Amino acid sequence: MSDIMLQVKDLQASYGQVDVLRGVDLEVKTGEVCVILGANGAGKTTTLRAICNMPIVQSSGSITFAGQDVSKADTGGIVGQGMAHVPQGRGTFPELSTMENLQLGAYVRKDKEVDDDVDRWFQMFPVLKERKDQAAGSLSGGEQQMLAVSRALMSRPKLLLLDEPSLGLAPIIIEDLFGTFKQINQDEGTTMLIVEQNANLALSIAQSAYVLETGSIALSGPAAQLRDDPAVQEAYLGA
Amino acid sequence: MTLFLQRIIDGLQNGAIYSVVAIPMVLIFKATTLINFAQGELAMIGAFFAFVFAVQAFNMNIILATILAMILAAALGMAIERTMLRSFDPTDHLPVVLITLGVFYIINALAGDIWNYQAQNLPDDTNLLYQLPLIGDWMQGRSSFFTSETNRLGLRIQHDSVGLVGALLLMLLALHVILNRTKMGLAFRGVSSNTESSRLVGIRVGRILSFGWGLACAFGALGAILVMPRITLQPNMMLTVLVYALAAAAFGGLDSVGGAAIGGFAVGLLNSVILGYVADIDRLSSLTAAPLAMPVVLLLVVLWFKPQGLFGTKTVERV
Repeated sequence: MSDIMLQVKDLQASYGQVDVLRGVDLEVKTGEVCVILGANGAGKTTTLRAICNMPIVQSSGSITFAGQDVSKADTGGIVGQGMAHVPQGRGTFPELSTMENLQLGAYVRKDKEVDDDVDRWFQMFPVLKERKDQAAGSLSGGEQQMLAVSRALMSRPKLLLLDEPSLGLAPIIIEDLFGTFKQINQDEGTTMLIVEQNANLALSIAQSAYVLETGSIALSGPAAQLRDDPAVQEAYLGA
Repeated sequence: MTLFLQRIIDGLQNGAIYSVVAIPMVLIFKATTLINFAQGELAMIGAFFAFVFAVQAFNMNIILATILAMILAAALGMAIERTMLRSFDPTDHLPVVLITLGVFYIINALAGDIWNYQAQNLPDDTNLLYQLPLIGDWMQGRSSFFTSETNRLGLRIQHDSVGLVGALLLMLLALHVILNRTKMGLAFRGVSSNTESSRLVGIRVGRILSFGWGLACAFGALGAILVMPRITLQPNMMLTVLVYALAAAAFGGLDSVGGAAIGGFAVGLLNSVILGYVADIDRLSSLTAAPLAMPVVLLLVVLWFKPQGLFGTKTVERV
């Protein structure tokens, strides 16, 4: 296993005629939490979508994941190789039960330990256990986000992509959630790439960070360094 | 009273026929959120496959012929999905629905060309229900209660109607097991619920769509084979059934398999009971086209008051 989990070079992406990314380079080291900051419309979500090659974006560039070139692989194949993506707006299966959502999360797995993992995430998020037979669409926003994260972790990913996990949640729930991310990162060694507008909290659990502006990387460096950067403070930390 | 009961029984008998076409339609709707107008014709061609195997060419036992016809129909459905529908944007419904209409006419015309539009002679041993082990003999036998004659309650309840309802329940059970107890079924429901997230958990969505079409066409063929002794085997056998099945599917909610079955019975019952009495009113008895208008009226009423149908999913999401 190399030290670099994900290497993205000259990533360009567009929706039809609309160009969103104009050559993004970034690197996520194995075992770290990396965060991408940026204003609305900077291309954060598109970056994550292009990394998993979702059909909704047309992209070009080179993406190396865990030592393998996945630039041309389809989304299903990339997920099969150990990348999990929690999309913006949760991306749960609203008509299916909490339990079924978790089982679908383990869709690419062939081993027999799926039930053990379900129990583990139920321990991490006890409220999900209470809701296990309830339709995911009937869960509250915070519960759905917990479900979305657990669903992604059910595939035992090497790399977890999180797209604005704080969106639409109450501050106290957001803090809990980021605490959990940190814990999962430490306990499981899951590498994480988090896209966030809540820069303060994201930088507090991250080791490295990128700032995306209108489709390209404007700043990058260790999270602590970016937190002290006056430009970042003014633009994203409300200093 | 006897007349009323008889109309209920007739309604249920017809309802089972509508259900067997409505159920595959719902399967395709669940996978693709589009209404497959070719569903009736795909079922019809499936029945002809069985006819070829059992009567025209190979003289096979109808059970074996049915299994082969189901496999062949599934392959045909998958091929249609793969070649004609896959490349279109599934969120843009109009072109895709128009294609299914085209498929409807192509299959109908081809079948007409090959087998002509006369009803085929079906030997008794092509009645799948009669050939089933254990219950086949009973259904073919002549108990005094279930016969084509009037029984001691003054009602006509035919064996094969009872058998058809039973077969329908078995179909529902089989589908329930496939959709709720298998990994493929779970993936199918996942795609039906959220296509984008399905890709993100590693499901190959295209394969699941193929699976849905195959499943729908296999069960459609089975349904058509079951009902062909009753509604005759000819290329237009499903034309009127399709209209009723559509109403049944909408009544049940378009994305509920059980709802479609209940919808079929509801349409059959309403049709039989209401039209039975309308026809008794002298001045209205000349309205011979009324039966076909009936399901459309029902469709309008359902869509007006309960757009998601009786058992359909009304998407409730909290953000």
